[in-house]
Amino acid sequence: MNLRAPDPRSAADPTVLLHIDWTKCDGRGLCTEILPELLARDEWGYPLSYGYGSNVPVPDRLLDAATDAVSLCPRQALTLIDR
Amino acid sequence: MNEALWALGRGTGVVSLALFTVSVLLGILNRSGRPLFALPRFSVALVHRNVALLATAFLAIHLVTLFGDSYAQLRLVDFVVPFLGAAKPFWLGLGTLAVDLMLAIVVTALLRGVIGVRVFKAVHWLTYLMWPVALLHSIGNGTDAGQAWFIAFAATCSIAVLSALGWRLSRGFVEYQNVRIGKAS
Amino acid sequence: MSRAPDTTLFPPVQAPAGTTRLTAARAADYGTHQTTFGPLPAHTDSAALLAALRDSGLEGRGGAGFPAWRKLAAVPARERARRRRVVVIGNAAEGEPLSQKDATLLLRSPHLVIDGLLTVAGALGAHSVYLYAQASVLEAVGRALAERADAAGIELREAAESFISGEASAVVNALAGREPVPQDRTVRLTESGLGGRPTLLHNVETLAHIALIARFGAAWFRSVGTKGDPGTRLVTVGSDGHPSTVLEVAGGSRIGDVLRFTGVDTGTLSAVLVGGYHGAWLPAYALEARLDRADLAGFGANPGAGILMGLGERRCPITVAAAVATYLAGETAGQCGPCVNGLPAMAAVLRRLARGDRDPGLPGEVRRLAAIVTGRGSCNHPDGTARFVLSTLTVFADDVAAHLAGHCRKDHR
Repeated sequence: MNLRAPDPRSAADPTVLLHIDWTKCDGRGLCTEILPELLARDEWGYPLSYGYGSNVPVPDRLLDAATDAVSLCPRQALTLIDR
Repeated sequence: MNEALWALGRGTGVVSLALFTVSVLLGILNRSGRPLFALPRFSVALVHRNVALLATAFLAIHLVTLFGDSYAQLRLVDFVVPFLGAAKPFWLGLGTLAVDLMLAIVVTALLRGVIGVRVFKAVHWLTYLMWPVALLHSIGNGTDAGQAWFIAFAATCSIAVLSALGWRLSRGFVEYQNVRIGKAS
Repeated sequence: MSRAPDTTLFPPVQAPAGTTRLTAARAADYGTHQTTFGPLPAHTDSAALLAALRDSGLEGRGGAGFPAWRKLAAVPARERARRRRVVVIGNAAEGEPLSQKDATLLLRSPHLVIDGLLTVAGALGAHSVYLYAQASVLEAVGRALAERADAAGIELREAAESFISGEASAVVNALAGREPVPQDRTVRLTESGLGGRPTLLHNVETLAHIALIARFGAAWFRSVGTKGDPGTRLVTVGSDGHPSTVLEVAGGSRIGDVLRFTGVDTGTLSAVLVGGYHGAWLPAYALEARLDRADLAGFGANPGAGILMGLGERRCPITVAAAVATYLAGETAGQCGPCVNGLPAMAAVLRRLARGDRDPGLPGEVRRLAAIVTGRGSCNHPDGTARFVLSTLTVFADDVAAHLAGHCRKDHR
């Protein structure tokens, strides 16, 4: 078993990824309110982004909202990764 | 002038306690992960924080105004070290203790991103000590403690916090708790 | 590139011929090892080792199949230059119940693994070297380490016993004295692993191959196997949930041949599980597929850690799969919400299907849950479990239909 390979990249993709640390996430749902365009909630309340598991590409127009989501996460489970 | 400061000192103390009570209630709601009617979860978190900061500001005025008061006979050391006061040292000491706890709680909350969730949480639990200590201080030290309006105020705050605490300890307090199989992390 | 053995100190040794390579030594002791394989080249620098591994095409034998040279190349050059910074770990945690090849290798040829560790550690000027292995082999491996002076720096550590204990970050956590569970990572272990040091973790079979490539070169390594899967690999063959035999086969061998070689009557199998509980089923009609990436890709499988488990045609595959899914759900580290909740939910639906609940929505519900858990954990446990469950629904579609229609006549034990 090995670590998951990073999500496939392409030139058209946004350059910032919202990374979810599932070991910290407690499914409080603040991020899904701040970023409804990117994140839904699964049936147990955890953030869900179809097509992207732990690294969700953030379009430029949502960068500020993503930054808020990172700072407001009560479990500090989110980080922004520049790639 | 002294009378005005005295009134301001008492008034800000009561307002500060009221705001701390609201912040405690919002904090408990925040922990449940639920929104407040139309107020989304992240707003609950922000209002919880801002109300606590406002309460801290009122507390600061409370301290500064009573420092100049001849009856309270406060020295600088009484702001930091509890139970050394000249007048009503025990009840004043509770106030000092509450201030110390509050400082620790607010500072660690503001530095949450630096110190990490673990330390933040450990210190934040002290709120459950700070709040009753502050309430006791207001009852034991307050000039208005015997007044009907104050008794009603203190009773309302107590009932609200105790009810919230009861909810906090109940099954299903956390949103989705009843559908989750296990508790992650 | 090809490295000639050092003939000045020792007589030249013939490179092993055929597919008996890792298992060529007749005994596990150091003397037999040396007469069989010859001496380990005194020092291989990192550029030479990297080139040899790239030319060899050696892929990791721990399950993910990551090219061995890439991992080496991922250790930043500045760290390779800064001596004594890097950590090298030989991983034989082998938490997969269907695999026994790492333990077998350590019992049969411990000195090849030690050689591999020393080769990689020497090339990187490693700070510390660990061998992480199951309790059952510790004594034998400890004896092997004690047989030679050059292995004094290798620290032998007992592996945790859980399905996910071999996951790279779980190994690093265990060695650091923390809970042996996977960790969320945004930086590769080769950048920052154990104690913040660049950490290179290889499966022990990978290391044993490296020891041979360092001696006999890349061209020799590729002389057996296929282009897609060069060299030999260790395979654990089992049936009905029990591993039985470990053998060394040429890369790209036909799966049916491997099974028949161990005495399995392939005519009585309905399918073979390839790659263990995180793997996928190969249906009976495809048993002549080769054990390489290209042939297996269509079935969602890969050679991985070389696990083949035959399923007898009389056994109900849905019942078997439900039991495996239930086991895997119980093996969650309990850290990540989607895995903690999703795997038991998925297993429960599969059990309902296995027990004969004829709700036609069940297969769709399994698929939905599989999609929900995939990619949403700090390790690939949810992904691997979803892969296995989805493969079951696809390969055994007829059995699923039989269950929904209420006329599965197979053995449900």
